[in-house]
Amino acid sequence: MQALYAQLLVGLINGSFYALLSLGLAVIFGMLNIINFAHGALYMMGAFCAYFLLNVTGMGYWWALIIAPIAVGIFGMILERTMLQWLTGLDHLYGLLLTFGIALIVQGVFQNYFGSSGLPYAIPDYPQIGDCSPNAPQGAICFRGLQGGMNLGFMFLPIYRGWVVIFSLVVCIATWFLIEKTRLGAYLRAATENPTLVRAFGINVPRMITLTYGLGVGLAALAGVLSAPINQVRPLMGADLIIVVFAVVVIGGMGSIMGSIITGFALGVIEGLTKYFYPEASNTVVFVLMVLVLLIKPTGLTGRAA
Amino acid sequence: MSALTDDTLPVTPRAMRDEMIVFAAMAVLLGLVPMTGIYPFFVMQALCFALLACAFNLLIGYGGLLSFGHAMFLGTAGYVTAHLLKVGKIDFPFWYSSGMWHWMTIPLPPLTPELGILGGTLAAAMLGVITGYISIRRQGIYFSMITLALSQLLYFIYLQTPFTHGEDGIQGIPQGHLFGIFNLAKPTVLYYVVLAGFLGGFLVIYRTINSPFGEVLKAIRENEPRAISLGYKTDQYKLLAFILSGTLAGFAGSLKVFVAQNASLTDVHWTMSGEIVLMTLVGGLGTVFGPVVGAFVIIAMQQYLAGFGQWVTVIQGVIFVACVLAFRRGVIGEIAHYFRRSL
Repeated sequence: MQALYAQLLVGLINGSFYALLSLGLAVIFGMLNIINFAHGALYMMGAFCAYFLLNVTGMGYWWALIIAPIAVGIFGMILERTMLQWLTGLDHLYGLLLTFGIALIVQGVFQNYFGSSGLPYAIPDYPQIGDCSPNAPQGAICFRGLQGGMNLGFMFLPIYRGWVVIFSLVVCIATWFLIEKTRLGAYLRAATENPTLVRAFGINVPRMITLTYGLGVGLAALAGVLSAPINQVRPLMGADLIIVVFAVVVIGGMGSIMGSIITGFALGVIEGLTKYFYPEASNTVVFVLMVLVLLIKPTGLTGRAA
Repeated sequence: MSALTDDTLPVTPRAMRDEMIVFAAMAVLLGLVPMTGIYPFFVMQALCFALLACAFNLLIGYGGLLSFGHAMFLGTAGYVTAHLLKVGKIDFPFWYSSGMWHWMTIPLPPLTPELGILGGTLAAAMLGVITGYISIRRQGIYFSMITLALSQLLYFIYLQTPFTHGEDGIQGIPQGHLFGIFNLAKPTVLYYVVLAGFLGGFLVIYRTINSPFGEVLKAIRENEPRAISLGYKTDQYKLLAFILSGTLAGFAGSLKVFVAQNASLTDVHWTMSGEIVLMTLVGGLGTVFGPVVGAFVIIAMQQYLAGFGQWVTVIQGVIFVACVLAFRRGVIGEIAHYFRRSL
């Protein structure tokens, strides 16, 4: 049973990445009508950003969690201003092709300088909470940042992994709240439905589009930082992931924010279960599920006809 | 669907005459290649990719469907042809119990080239039926994502099944004698066989896009709801176009086995699908000759820049971006636009 719980946890973690990435894709698609193929590359840039912050400036994980999404988000906004905005009014497919080109450029540049192997990124060991001195009494509570783990009785939980799941969940729900429940989100949803009318009300829609792209990209970069200590930092870490996320998006549909979040986590868990019961199929199960969903309900689980 | 090729000119007798002249010139020029001393391997490889890109272009240029998984046809046909030529014996799993697969074996000797090509092409056609049936259920951007995901699914299957030999691929494939007469181990003979295959495939595509079937495809590309309201079963047309495109792409993959003498995972990888898209984009989406030009440009670029390692990927990305932002008609599309002709 230990192995099953461990695989479930791995599944939940992959599910958090699927959720964060498909959420970003859905938000971007809603405003820009573009499927952002560069999403995987920007996720990778988030992880590299954390790596550089640590090794060049000495700023650790907690700083990276704030700075990397902002830095990559700004990079994304520059991309949107300089390239993506010129595609307005063209067929959606051009957006896919353009962002695919951007992904090739970004991944190629990183591969040139860092090869294809992984760079290690340690789990943060601060702040320390409790008595961590060498001569602490047995059973004393000690947390070294997010290192180590705790015994839950039925399984051993590495703290960092638990942190990733909970933090991603919080970020996902915060994004959902921002878009579905706030005034800014209402503008955003209105601009998705009818940009011309929203502009007529005096709202700067092009700026909102840029910020939305930055937000979606920032979410990808955040997922990259979260995954750095687990999956190592590799130039191609996002390349295969993005294809799985596309399948997730096809399954869940891009019509609903909550739909993307739930589908992401659910597919991660299913993948984890497959790893336990039939490991050979663990990297194909999401695609097989996509095929089944298309055969049974072609519009996707939450999507409208598109 | 909105128009990808914004200025398609009507097919007039003059346009068809222009195209036949260009086709004849292309056939003659390519026929003369072995006498010029140009490295035939390069041209053969480019011809296989040119046919592949033309098959891809049938879908995007005339059906408005951007397949991001066409490498699956290239790779599948390649693997099947390579296996039939080298081993012949077919094993396939039919039952799973107590943690292992049971295999059924069809004892076959290593097959002749024509049967190998036939087998590979048929495999691609069957794959086209299955993947087409699944992917045409969604349109536009979703169609692209689905085809990409399906090809990734096949990639993982080929990574794990024994007959593909995983990372090593199938190596050292015997070329044999086509129809028992043409010795494919001779580069010149092989060149003309590949050229004949390319020209044949090209004519099939050309005939298709100028047939009533092709006209209906264009109507679906321009406005699918209107085509439906006119009584066309658009799903059937799209499925047929998908199968035809996949079959021809598979035929190109089978031919490529004789040129490269191997079949490996790179042919099924998504980067390959991306290259196919790039070739067609560079040459011109929805132009008759564009994919051929695009394939030669991209293959030549890879050949000459091979020493630059990963920078080739970066350059491909830059070409993608430049084509989409500033050069959407592609090489042939720009020429055709300049002369107000359809090419």
